[in-house]
Amino acid sequence: MSFINYSSREINCKLVYYGPGLGGKTTNLQFIYAKTSPEAKGKMISLATETERTLFFDFLPLSLGEIRGFKTRFHLYTVPGQVFYDASRKLILKGVDGVVFVADSQVERMEANIESMENLRQNLIEQGYNLDKLPFIIQYNKRDLPNIASVAELHGQLNPTNVLEFEARATTGVGVFETLKAIARAVLTELRRGSGG
Amino acid sequence: MSGPDVMFPEEQRQISSVCQRLHRDANAKAVLLIGRDGQPIAEAGEVGEIDVTSLSSLTAGNVAATGGISKILREKDFTSQFHEGEKTHVHITLVAGRAILVVLFDERSSLGLVRLRVRKAAEEMARLFEQVAKKAASGTGPSILNEITDADIDKLFND
Repeated sequence: MSFINYSSREINCKLVYYGPGLGGKTTNLQFIYAKTSPEAKGKMISLATETERTLFFDFLPLSLGEIRGFKTRFHLYTVPGQVFYDASRKLILKGVDGVVFVADSQVERMEANIESMENLRQNLIEQGYNLDKLPFIIQYNKRDLPNIASVAELHGQLNPTNVLEFEARATTGVGVFETLKAIARAVLTELRRGSGG
Repeated sequence: MSGPDVMFPEEQRQISSVCQRLHRDANAKAVLLIGRDGQPIAEAGEVGEIDVTSLSSLTAGNVAATGGISKILREKDFTSQFHEGEKTHVHITLVAGRAILVVLFDERSSLGLVRLRVRKAAEEMARLFEQVAKKAASGTGPSILNEITDADIDKLFND
């Protein structure tokens, strides 16, 4: 849940990168971390296994500038994508303000994408959220790989409500900041809308 | 979805002063108050060399994981945790289900003293959070959200 501190003049929001295992959620955060100036970021934390698979979450705090004298701070989290870490995924969704779904474009991962999307919807319901009412962006990652589904196919399977979607190659950064900006903008717009402003 | 969590300057001052008193009375190294979702709210003591943002996020993750364990065990939330280190120990308490109070202490203090002082401080903080919630619900506090325009948001994302 976003947190507005009128004393320190800060708006804090929580973004969660969700999606199937090995889809590129951590890579998104690593690219953002690598390309952001030191003043705008905090330390990136990865709670990972010995084989560098996300065990609990990755965390990256970012400042995106000021609105009307209030610093906007975004806390970026990833969830562990592997199916059996579902209990951890639920915890990380607590207090979420916006979700990025990082889909793996490879044909053989379509099933995993669909399963993860359904898992996201279900876990949000358990936390009292409705995916259709939450700021939500889809990223089709790994567009540089050879055996990929077309964007139209991915859209058909994963994006029935026509939320904003981006093609990406997170390893080289293509689409990474576009996705981040879009979700941050959607969260702030929703925050403003929710206040009746 | 409910509205955002907020903190107003008057309550922030009072909460900071409760943190400072707790730091003194518990002979603690440092005291941190963190929102349940991991945002730092207030601090007192020797925090200069601590990465407060990271510590806050990890503590919130830790509390969330412990809450998950309590659910599996059909136990109510574990309201406090203690981590014993070689030099620094950490005492973590939930405050009114809304925030997390973290006390870092060493051999200058003891778990018993920290627990005793935390109980009183947590009660005071819970009252202050209640006050904030009432103020936010009644609309008597300030509201930046009503002032933000689409143009402000656009400006933030102009390269």
